[in-house]
Amino acid sequence: MAGEIKIRVNEQVHSVAADPDTPLLYVLINDLQLQGPRFGCGLAQCGSCSVLLDGEEIRSCVTPVSAVVGKSVTTLEGLPAWYAKQKKLAKAPELHPVQQALIDEQAVQCGYCFNGMIIQAADLLSKTPHPTETQIRTAMNGHLCRCGTYPRVIKAIQRASHAMSAAAENAGPDELIAREIPAAEVIR
Amino acid sequence: MSAAKHSFLVPHALPRREFLKAGGALVIGFSSAGAISDALFAQESAAARGATAGPPDPKQIDTWLAIHSDNTATVYIGYVELGQGSTTSLLQISAEELDLDMSQVGTVRLDTNITPNQGGTYSSSSIARGSPAIRTAAAEARQALLQMASKKLGAPVERLIVSKGVVTVGGMGGESASVTYGELIGDKQFNLAFTGSAPVKPVSDYKLVGTRPPRNDIPDKVSGKYVYLQHLRLPGMLHGRVVRPRGQTAYGSGAKVVTLDESSIAHIPSARVVRRGDFVGVVAEREWDAVRAARDLKITWDIPPALPTSESVYDAMRAETTRDRVVLQRGDVDAAVRDAAHIATGHYRGPYQAHAPFGPNGALADVKSDSALVICSTQDVYATRNALAGILGLKPQQVRVQYYEGSGTYGHSCYDDVAQAAAILSQLAGKPVRLQFMRWDEHGWDLYGPAHVGEVRAAADANGKIVAYQYDGWHHNWSAVETSAQLALGTTAAEWPDGAAQMVNPSDCGGMYDIANAKLVNHHVPGMNYLRAAWLRSPLDLSFSFASEQTIDELARQAGIDAYEFRKRNITSDRWMGVLDAVAKASKWDVTPLPPASKLSKEKIVTGRGIGLGTHLTSYGGAVAEIEVNKETGKVRVKRMYGAIDAGLAVNPAFIENQISGQLVQTASRMLLEEVKFNKTNVTSLDWNSYPILRFEECPEVVPIVVQRLDQKSTGAGEEVMAAAAGAIACAFFDATGVHITEFPLTPKRVLAALGSG
Repeated sequence: MAGEIKIRVNEQVHSVAADPDTPLLYVLINDLQLQGPRFGCGLAQCGSCSVLLDGEEIRSCVTPVSAVVGKSVTTLEGLPAWYAKQKKLAKAPELHPVQQALIDEQAVQCGYCFNGMIIQAADLLSKTPHPTETQIRTAMNGHLCRCGTYPRVIKAIQRASHAMSAAAENAGPDELIAREIPAAEVIR
Repeated sequence: MSAAKHSFLVPHALPRREFLKAGGALVIGFSSAGAISDALFAQESAAARGATAGPPDPKQIDTWLAIHSDNTATVYIGYVELGQGSTTSLLQISAEELDLDMSQVGTVRLDTNITPNQGGTYSSSSIARGSPAIRTAAAEARQALLQMASKKLGAPVERLIVSKGVVTVGGMGGESASVTYGELIGDKQFNLAFTGSAPVKPVSDYKLVGTRPPRNDIPDKVSGKYVYLQHLRLPGMLHGRVVRPRGQTAYGSGAKVVTLDESSIAHIPSARVVRRGDFVGVVAEREWDAVRAARDLKITWDIPPALPTSESVYDAMRAETTRDRVVLQRGDVDAAVRDAAHIATGHYRGPYQAHAPFGPNGALADVKSDSALVICSTQDVYATRNALAGILGLKPQQVRVQYYEGSGTYGHSCYDDVAQAAAILSQLAGKPVRLQFMRWDEHGWDLYGPAHVGEVRAAADANGKIVAYQYDGWHHNWSAVETSAQLALGTTAAEWPDGAAQMVNPSDCGGMYDIANAKLVNHHVPGMNYLRAAWLRSPLDLSFSFASEQTIDELARQAGIDAYEFRKRNITSDRWMGVLDAVAKASKWDVTPLPPASKLSKEKIVTGRGIGLGTHLTSYGGAVAEIEVNKETGKVRVKRMYGAIDAGLAVNPAFIENQISGQLVQTASRMLLEEVKFNKTNVTSLDWNSYPILRFEECPEVVPIVVQRLDQKSTGAGEEVMAAAAGAIACAFFDATGVHITEFPLTPKRVLAALGSG
């Protein structure tokens, strides 16, 4: 039966009364009322529920809450602070650079899959700061988008990569590789 | 607009702070991360709006907009935001007519107590059908505001100038008297009849329409602050799940409960079974308990083996006694074919495809004896209200339906089914219920885009002029009864009456070409022994263009003419020519008769390009696809796609580019991968493994092109390049291999079979 379980989420320890087998996702959305991770398939097939567990992307829909005891969970809500800690920034930015890049690229359509997209992209950039296009596609391949935003997400990850290194090296961004290639609007 | 104004998350329009005090433990979004900044959906502080059942009177200006004392405006829109950006576009139109800037305009979510009834958000028509009322209401409100300003400032209306809602007297030089909209009317009602008589701005005066302000929902969608339907909670609610056979049964037969063992969930004390007829669900206080109870409940079903199976569905449809309707007849096709130099015929097949929203649909319902609140992701709050009232035994005015965006729906997914199911659960449980469909519910009980058989016959003269065209199409209509109503009430399954989006489409089937002799016949297959169906983004059009554009390419091949050149010879409409030229130019199309012999090499991997035209009901779509075919494995890759849409006046070309980009990717997915599989009793495509969609690694590069027509009325842009893109992919396969592929999706098995017979 449900006992008290202590879990660390976004650097805060929460005590939750949940059955140990309860998937982490249900605890995050119902007990902690977080909006980042969200139900998509419950089968670890789509990436909707992704969170970072000790810095690694996992699927919270198939991870029992008991399995994260003693570890650190980061959700979309805690991602800017997680990034700041990684980069040893004095203050957490409002958004992770990937989030800002997705706004800059106007990459979103319905946006429901973007929790997982952002978590996975942050994971990728933390390990591979300058991913090639192929590395991006491979890393992101487990995240589905029904609206078809992949080309803009790829471009946004490249943009974020440049922005992050520009911030670190104080250098200007290189020219971006465009996966969605803009064509001039034809005015008739 | 401050978040404090907002009271919309709260049922029955309680001001938000009071609701928090009233205190359900779980109120969406008021999370430890801080209160939602839901400024996008502002709400008037006055509780008056929303106190009574709608729809509000469309003949009143106040129905359409309100001006607040802080000099901002709330515009009430009858079209839902589905991630396409149309909410921002409609605000651009309002701001344009009111002379406000984008930071001064906001809107609210749809609510049958608040927003006007503009019909459903169908056929990508938010701008085409939504904008006239919104544009003229804004113009009329501006006129009224200027009259007020004229009195206040003691200057005739003709001398007044408005910028950002500040009215000044022109020609005064230096310091001039001014007054803001907010000072003139601030949060008070206009109490003015909406006559539609105010002149609207000429296009030449536009400052906002046609420009590219960013979408107003994107910042919250990436920060995690955006409130989706799936985030909502009601105080005192239970979590619900439906219990159905895994994978739907034949539409006409439904499913009958044979045995139900409630003791099988006794190990989950908080969960209980609720049942009405063959509608079975579980409710529990904790969500995981509801999920487990639905999983563990022992139940057996009687399911007749009435389905034809996904393999034999085409033969079954073709063999049915159909109700035939001639959609279009011109000239004499038989005579023209007899005398023609080139004749192409073909039999083509397109599968059932699923909406498969990335996040399954959900709904919340609080049903009482004399009222109901239902929150869901419907495309049409008023139609949903009517259906719910019938099911609950209430009057429509006793039911309030609120819209919250879920994940993209691309047509009629399970949003009504889940809303009805939530309402039934709440009525039976006597408590508010939040119902979330599981992945297999959504995939398995969807109202799919119907399977289709198309038979085409076309002919051209020696100069490459198309002289005859015939299209015969077989499919069934959409399903008029949702599964929840069918199971709970035993409502007899019925199909929708015929309609333009359920018939052979003259716009896709040869309509872009000038053809003297044409005949289009719709063969309506009776739908009871098939799957449930409804509109899926660009309904049937992918199947039409897949068949039709390959037939056009076959004529071009026989005539020895390049595919682009052949189409140009047969088009006189400058709208169609515009999109065709746009994609040809963007893709640097070089004119070569197809398929060039070099492409038909013995190489293992061959490449091809195809060009296609198509649309849905309005607008004009053109596409080019560049693909690669591995002749040993049968694997097809779409490498790059170009798509052009002419949707008349493009209010925000950037949003249309995003839509085109998404349509190209989704079309590649539907042409290469997507098909609903089923056996004689049940659908077996129940998740992303059994119904795969395109992933990052397979995603083509895309080039979206907006053909801006400032002098034309705005028409749809949410689906109109998909048919063209489907045709282009099929034609690219022909270019690469010299073989017409007759059935999609282009899976390795199908491709190898086609190449073997080619």
